[in-house]
Amino acid sequence: MIDTEDQTRRVTDTLCIAGQDFHSRLFVGTGKYPDNDTMVRAIRESRTAMVTVAVRRVDLDKSKEEGILFHLDPDEFFILPNTAGCYTAQDAIRYARLARAAGLSEWLKLEVIGDQDTLLPDTQATLEAAKELVEEGFKVMAYTNDDVVTALRLEDVGCVAVMPLASPIGSGMGVVNPYFIREIKRRCDVPIIVDAGVGTASDACITMEQGVDGVLMNTAIAMADDPIAMARAMRLAIHAGRLAYLAGRMESKEIAIPSSPAKGMLD
Amino acid sequence: MNEEHTIHVRLNGKDREIDSGLSIKELVKSLDLNPRLIVVELNREIISQDSLSETLVLDGDHLELVHFVGGG
Repeated sequence: MIDTEDQTRRVTDTLCIAGQDFHSRLFVGTGKYPDNDTMVRAIRESRTAMVTVAVRRVDLDKSKEEGILFHLDPDEFFILPNTAGCYTAQDAIRYARLARAAGLSEWLKLEVIGDQDTLLPDTQATLEAAKELVEEGFKVMAYTNDDVVTALRLEDVGCVAVMPLASPIGSGMGVVNPYFIREIKRRCDVPIIVDAGVGTASDACITMEQGVDGVLMNTAIAMADDPIAMARAMRLAIHAGRLAYLAGRMESKEIAIPSSPAKGMLD
Repeated sequence: MNEEHTIHVRLNGKDREIDSGLSIKELVKSLDLNPRLIVVELNREIISQDSLSETLVLDGDHLELVHFVGGG
């Protein structure tokens, strides 16, 4: 929730997905941190609404392997399991069912990858999996391309949020096509959470300025030199971008217009 | 004689020889894992927490023990 309670407007701007309110528009991943302590401190500093986790085999060669829930208390953080690493609809459905069997919730970040080099989504397989998982009662937040048609179809099959990429996963390139992101937001009724590609605070801010409902990021925080400081920067950037969007920016013009009066100059 | 007391299973992608007659819960505990923090898939079927102690591991079973790890 962003309270923009100042002299000019009193707006309580809460993100609501599938009937559930979230206090933040920043969603963070839990991968690639230098250590678990840094991860937990960065996540706390981000004041995130939701954290993503992946489903993997327990490494039986390690003497005592701790899952991530050993470090992240589900009572403190809303845990969103993902299907990262899946390349087919069937695999994603299998991982989704395993995630739900852990007993946390029905929520899922659906991700079906179509290409190993770019990690771009297989939108057809994503749609197929989304349809099945929605029928099985999952609350599906679907990672997808910055493609309006796929976003609309994901909404049609019952996804509770659509998550177009800003740019490829882990690339840190920022939002490469703000027009498509705006168009997806304009056309869909479900919340739009931009997922993947944000590299630094300005990227997060620019993404939010497009009017989307939130941003999910992982690498930008986890791989920063100081993840805890970057988590704070991201929190502020998301907040700033949202406020700027709500404030309504001035028209951009390729012409200079003086800010001080032309009238009243001395002879 | 020893062979009668052990079975071969595929556990998290590796062949393993384990004692026969173990329930999944007993197997999980013998691996020093907390059954409540993992999800078990037996021959592609998810085994609910409630059924772990009553489901026996049989020769040739494929087991997957999964949990949540860091991810984006």
